[in-house]
This record gives sequence, structure tokens and C-alpha cells, in this order.
Amino acid sequence: MYKINIELCDICCSCSAVCPTDAIFYTEFYAKIEQSKCIDCGKCAILCPVSAIETEEATSAN
Amino acid sequence: MLIKEFYDVIVIGGGPAGTMSAKTVAENGIDVLLLERDREIGIPVRCAEGVAISAIDQFFPLEKRWIATEIYGTCLYSPDGNRAYISEKAIGRGLVLERRLFDSAIAEYAAKKGAKILTKANAIGLVKENGKICGVVFTLMNVKYKVRCNIVIGADGIESRVGRWAGLDTRLSLNNIESSAQYVLTDIDVDSHSCHFYFGNEIAPGGYAWIFPKGRNIANIGIGVSAERLHNNAKYYLDKFVQEKFPNASIIAFIAGAVPTSGTLPKITSDNVMLIGDAARQVNPVTGGGIASAIISGQIAGKIAAQSIKSNNCSNNFLNKYHKQWMKIRGNRLKILHKLKESFFTLTDKQFCEICRIANQVDEDKLNLFQLFKIAVKGNPKLLAELVKAYLT
Repeated sequence: MYKINIELCDICCSCSAVCPTDAIFYTEFYAKIEQSKCIDCGKCAILCPVSAIETEEATSAN
Repeated sequence: MLIKEFYDVIVIGGGPAGTMSAKTVAENGIDVLLLERDREIGIPVRCAEGVAISAIDQFFPLEKRWIATEIYGTCLYSPDGNRAYISEKAIGRGLVLERRLFDSAIAEYAAKKGAKILTKANAIGLVKENGKICGVVFTLMNVKYKVRCNIVIGADGIESRVGRWAGLDTRLSLNNIESSAQYVLTDIDVDSHSCHFYFGNEIAPGGYAWIFPKGRNIANIGIGVSAERLHNNAKYYLDKFVQEKFPNASIIAFIAGAVPTSGTLPKITSDNVMLIGDAARQVNPVTGGGIASAIISGQIAGKIAAQSIKSNNCSNNFLNKYHKQWMKIRGNRLKILHKLKESFFTLTDKQFCEICRIANQVDEDKLNLFQLFKIAVKGNPKLLAELVKAYLT
């Protein structure tokens, strides 16, 4: 399960360009992954220039 | 703030593509509304800000307020530190823009021609009736608006959501997107009139690092790396580069982003919809430059949109004229560059060094990107095969 760490996110919205299911929603100040649409492919996490997209496991391990 | 219930054209996104299209639509006497999600046109600046003068001065008189500096030459560095110099005599003079002011200036020109512009207006969907796209839904200061129109122009950048709402496939695979990060550094010792590009698989796998000076010892220093070949994130490579080159500099801005390098999407129009600029992936796949393309596509799309409204025909068949004209003027060239990109950025560090060594023997006034490819081809037959294929298909 992928989540956007909003503390790291620069809201560049690039992740949505590689999302196969259009699961990333954002405004001027905020971005989030709609879990109902996410298929856990992880492309957004690979692309993110600041590694703001983390798996739930990694987040809880921190 | 008066927002009408209907505009002939609604443009989504206030970058150079969006503002240029709005300006062109408006000067043809057509009613146009431009929606910008951010609070101000021109920010945040997700751009290295470099562009050729020739790409700008054919559209606008140059204005001091949006020019940071002029570029007389470009240095390319191989991984072993060797340098090839490309002079303005070979490729023309360049500019480093103040994008914040440049974008805002095009918006002003558009407004002067009669375009209506809103900021903090976040498009959240399209209005569809009987399968036909006939408007845009957006929020503005917590109020939801539904405004009707005949044509929607998607100029919404890398994310290109408008296209997806309209049923166009705008998604990028990881080999067609460069993950990027940039600092604006101050108090650094850089020449105000040269750009610098650094290549190599350790420095920037599948991409390059850049230095674009802005005058007054300020520069945009950034990196683009192929998303397909990342071991670390773009910021990691940038920090490593900056640590080595400018350990004592101060940071006055940091920005993250990504650059589409697929070349123009196969489909950039549909009934009542056109995509322009980064949203249509109209970016030079080798350099990552998108400003010139954005302005050209904005102008063509604006012109066709106005003709379409006047002829009362907003079908894909009509709007597709924009796609055809775009391909002829610039798109086909980007297509060739896209084919070259894959080979160019898979060169080994040794090959990069060899290219740089040979390039150094060319008269610096004659070295340009094409010359450089020719040299690269000599050292790498695979690149030659790609080049031949690119020109034949």
C-alpha cells in the first residue's frame, strides 16, 4: 500500500503522469493516493524525485 | 469576480503553452477563459529556464524584466572532466529567463487581447452531455463552478489530467520520463554567460546535470535522470553533484519535477479537446527543453481553436489540423530526437569520454548538436543504426 508523505512531497504532480489507474489526486497544496484505485505497481514511488511516496510497511517501520 | 456561464474556449493551465494559446484565441476575437491552479501565474518555477533567443523573439519583443542573462556558449563535460565547447556561432544565442515574470508577461498579453484569467482555479473535471465534452468543473476559493464551453485546451503540464478526462491516453512509461530536481544557488562563482552540462552514468544515469547562470552569482543547478534507471532519487544525485561542485553555496530555492521525453503523444486532440505543451509531451527528448515547443504549440492550437469556433465545427476532424501543423513545424523533429535519445543516454562513460575527446578537435564555432551526434555515431555503431532508422521512419 503506497502513501504520499506530505512532509516530503513538493506537489510536482509528476507521479500522476506514470500512474496507470489515475489514482493520484492533488490540489495546489496537497496530494494523495486514492487507495480504492491504487494497484500497488510502485511506479510513482520509483519516479518521485524526493522519495515522498512510501509503502505503508516502510512508514510504520520508521 | 464575474465568471460567465459560457466561454467559447477554456484553457486549463497557465504556463507558456496555456497563456500563449489563450492570447492567440483572444486576438482572433474569440471568448476565452484560462484557469490556473496555483495562486500566481509563473510559480512555482519547475524549469531550468534556458531557451534559444530565436525561439522567443519571433513571438514577443524581448523584454529586460524577464531575461536573467544571455548565453554565449555551452560547455559539455564528459565523466573524466574533459570539456567540449559549443559557441553561439554554431547554435545561436541563448537566454536564461525569469520564468516567473516571463509566464506572467504572456498572461498579460493574453489579458490585453481580452482573455479572462483566474488563479487558484483548480479544474477537477469536464462537463459531458450525451458523451460530448461541453465544459469544465473547477473549484475557486472553496466554491465549485461549472462553466460551459465549446473547446477545452489542456495545458496542464506533466500530469496531463485533462487528456485523461477526455479519454486520451496521456500516461508515460518509466523510460519516457526524467525525474528531476533543481536548486537555485547563490554566492557561487559561475560565468554569467555560459551554460554547463555534465554527462555520465555516475553523475546522472540516463540524463545530465546542468548549470544555468542567472547573473549576480546565482544559478539554476539541476539534474534529470531516467526514471527507468534510478538507484536513488533525483535529489540524491543532485546533492552529490552540488556537494562536489559548490560545497559552500547557499540554497535559495529547491524544486522537484519531471520531464516527459516520449515525444508528442500519438493523439493530442479529440472532439472539443486539444492538448498542448508538456501535457501533449511536446518536449525535446534529448535536452528536456519545453519552452519553445509550448509557445509554438500554444500558438498553433489557439489559431485552430479560433477557426474551429468560427466555422462552428469543434470535431476532432477539425481540431486535428493543429496536430498535423505541429508535427510539420516541430513534432517530427522531436520524433527523431526521441529515437536518438535512447541510444545517446545508454552510452557508457568510456564512450562519453571518447565523444568529448573527438568533439574537442572540431572547430568550436562549428560544433552543434547534430555534429555531436555524428561524432557519437562514429564511436557507437548502434547509434548509427538508430539514426538511419529514425530518418527512414
